[in-house]
Amino acid sequence: MKRVLLTSSLALALFASAASAQDRILSLGSSTTEILFAIGAGDKVVARDSTSTYPAEVESLPDIGYLRALSPEGVLSVNADMIIAEHDAGPVETIDVLKAASIPWISLPAGWSAEQIVANIRTVGEASHHVAEAEALATEVEAQLAAAATAAASVPATARKRVMFIISTQGGRVMAAGQNTGGDTIIGMAGAVNAIQGVDGYKPLTDEAIATAAPDVILMMDRGHDLDAANSDLFAIAPLAATPAGQNQAVIRMDGAYLLGFGPRAGAAALELHNTLYGGN
Amino acid sequence: MSMALSHAGGDVDLRELRAKRLTILLAVALVITCALSVLFGASGTSAIKVLGQWLRGEDITLVDRIVLLQVRIPRMVLGVLVGASLAVSGAVMQGLFRNPLADPGLVGVSAGASLGAIVAIVLGGFLPAAFAAMIGSWLVPAAAFLGGWGATMALYMVATRQGRTSIATMLLAGIALGALTGALSGIMIYRANDNQLRDLTFWGMGSLAGANWPKVITAAPLIVIALAVAPFLGRSLNALALGEAAAAHMGIPVQRMKSIAILTVAGATGAAVAVSGGIGFIGIVVPHLLRLAAGPDHRHLLVNAGLLGAIVLLLADMISRTIVAPAELPIGIVTAVIGGPVFLWVLLKQRGIIDL
Repeated sequence: MKRVLLTSSLALALFASAASAQDRILSLGSSTTEILFAIGAGDKVVARDSTSTYPAEVESLPDIGYLRALSPEGVLSVNADMIIAEHDAGPVETIDVLKAASIPWISLPAGWSAEQIVANIRTVGEASHHVAEAEALATEVEAQLAAAATAAASVPATARKRVMFIISTQGGRVMAAGQNTGGDTIIGMAGAVNAIQGVDGYKPLTDEAIATAAPDVILMMDRGHDLDAANSDLFAIAPLAATPAGQNQAVIRMDGAYLLGFGPRAGAAALELHNTLYGGN
Repeated sequence: MSMALSHAGGDVDLRELRAKRLTILLAVALVITCALSVLFGASGTSAIKVLGQWLRGEDITLVDRIVLLQVRIPRMVLGVLVGASLAVSGAVMQGLFRNPLADPGLVGVSAGASLGAIVAIVLGGFLPAAFAAMIGSWLVPAAAFLGGWGATMALYMVATRQGRTSIATMLLAGIALGALTGALSGIMIYRANDNQLRDLTFWGMGSLAGANWPKVITAAPLIVIALAVAPFLGRSLNALALGEAAAAHMGIPVQRMKSIAILTVAGATGAAVAVSGGIGFIGIVVPHLLRLAAGPDHRHLLVNAGLLGAIVLLLADMISRTIVAPAELPIGIVTAVIGGPVFLWVLLKQRGIIDL
C-alpha cells in the first residue's frame, strides 16, 4: 500500500511539471468518475470503465470494459495522459504494460470510510488540476457525511432498525449482504444494523437464516424498469414474508450506484437512507 | 489429381494428396493470420507504419513500441500455442477414446486445471506474504497447471491395473473427477468474495488479454513438446481405430503409446488452460472440420489440427479484441458463439453423409 501511494504520488509529481490544460484522463471506477465530473474536470475525461455510469453524460464516452478485466491495448488505444483508478483495477498483466508505457497511474484506495472518500476527492483534484473545486466539494461532502453520522448516532441502540440488504432473489434464493460489503457499510452509516451477522461477503441465505435475521426492513437496488423483483414476488418467498419486514411490506429501493458508489454522493445516500428508515428529513 | 485417381487404390491416394495440400494451405493461412493479428488491434498503432518508421530510422513512440512488442506479438505467439494445443489435444483424445466427442474437458483434465486456478484465486490471500510476493501473478497459472496434471495422474492411476490402462474406466473416472472438481469449485465459489467471484467469472470465459512474454515462456516448453510428439502418434492412433487387439497385432506398443498420448494431452491442456483460462469448442470443432475436409487419417489430422487450431484461435482473438473496442470480449464467448453453430452444422452434415 505504501508503495502504491509512493508511486502514485511520484507519478503525480512527475506529471505536475509537464501538465497542460489538454490533460486526457482515463477514469476507472464509478466513484473516480463521479468525482471528476463533480469538480468540473469532466471535459478532460476521454474514456471510462463499464462501472462508470453517473452522471448521464459519461454514457457517451468510450467504455474500455470492466474494471477488473482491462485489456492493455484497449487502455492504450484511448491515448490518455493519465489514468485515475479505483483500487481494484486490474489485472496485473495490464497494469504492468501501462507502467511500461509510462502513463501516470493514480490509484485511489477503497473509499469505505468518510475520511477516505474525502481524501480521494482531494487526490483527484490535485491530479486533474482542479484543486479549488475539489476542496469545495471535499468540504461539502465532509459536511454531508458528518450530518449523516450525527443523524445515525442520534438513533438509540434499542431503536436501531434491522436491515437486510438483498442483492438478488434469483430462483427464490435470497442473496444478502454480510460483513465486508458495501451494503453492510451503508446500513451502518445510516444508523441501522445489518440483520445478517457472522457472514462474510454476499451469500445465499437458508430459510432458517432469513427467519433468524428477522429484518425490520428490506433494502434493495433499484435498477429501474422491470428488472427488479416486485414486492409481491419478493414476499412470495415464504420465510421472507414471515419476517417483520414482510408483514409490514417494508422495502426500500435505491439506485445502486448512488447507494453503493462511496463517491461524492455517499453522505447524501446515507442520510437519505437514514431519513427513509426513521422518517426524519 | 487425375493421376492419383488412375492409381490402384486411388481413393486413398487422393485423400492423402488432399490432406497434404490442406497442410500447405493451412500453413500459408496461418502465416497470413499471424501477420494480420499483429497488424490490427484496438489502438491506432499500425504495424506497417511502425515498420516504415523503423526502416527509415525514425523514432518510434514508446506506446507504439509497447503495443507491438509487449502486447500484440506475445499475444499472437500465445494464441498460436494455445490454439494449436487445444485442437491437437482434442484430436489425440478423440483418437485415443475412439470417440469423436472426446475432448480434454471430458476426462477431467480441464476440470482439474480450472479447480487449481479457482483455489488459487480464492485462497491466494492466505499464502504467507513473502511466498505470495515471490510467486506473484504466476500463482494462478501454476496452480492451474498443477491441477490439470494432478487430475491426469489421478485418472491414470485409477484406470491402470498391472500396466494396462482401461480407457472405459478412465472415461468414467474422468466424469467422476469432473463432478468432484465441480463440487470443490462450488465450495470455493461459496467462499469467494464479490471481487474474487468476478475474477472467477472472467477466468472461466477464457482470454488471451493477459498475454505477455513470461506467460509465453512458461507455456511454450510444454506445448511445444506436446505438439512435437503428437504427429508421431498418428500411425498408432490409426491402428487403434481398429481396436486395441488389432493394433497390438500390428506391432503397436499399445500401452506405451496410450501413456504417451495421455501425458501429451495433460501437458498441452494444462499449459493452455493455465495461461488462457477456459476456451471451449476448439478441441472439438477443429478436428471435426478437418475430418470432413480430408478424412480421418491421424498422420495428417494431428498436424492439420495444430495449424487450424492456431488459425481459429487467432481469428477469434481478433474478433474478441476489436468488436467492442476499446473494451474486449472474453475469447471463450467468441469461440462458443462461433463454435456452437459450426459444431451443429458439422453434426448435421455428417448425418447427411451417413444417410446418403
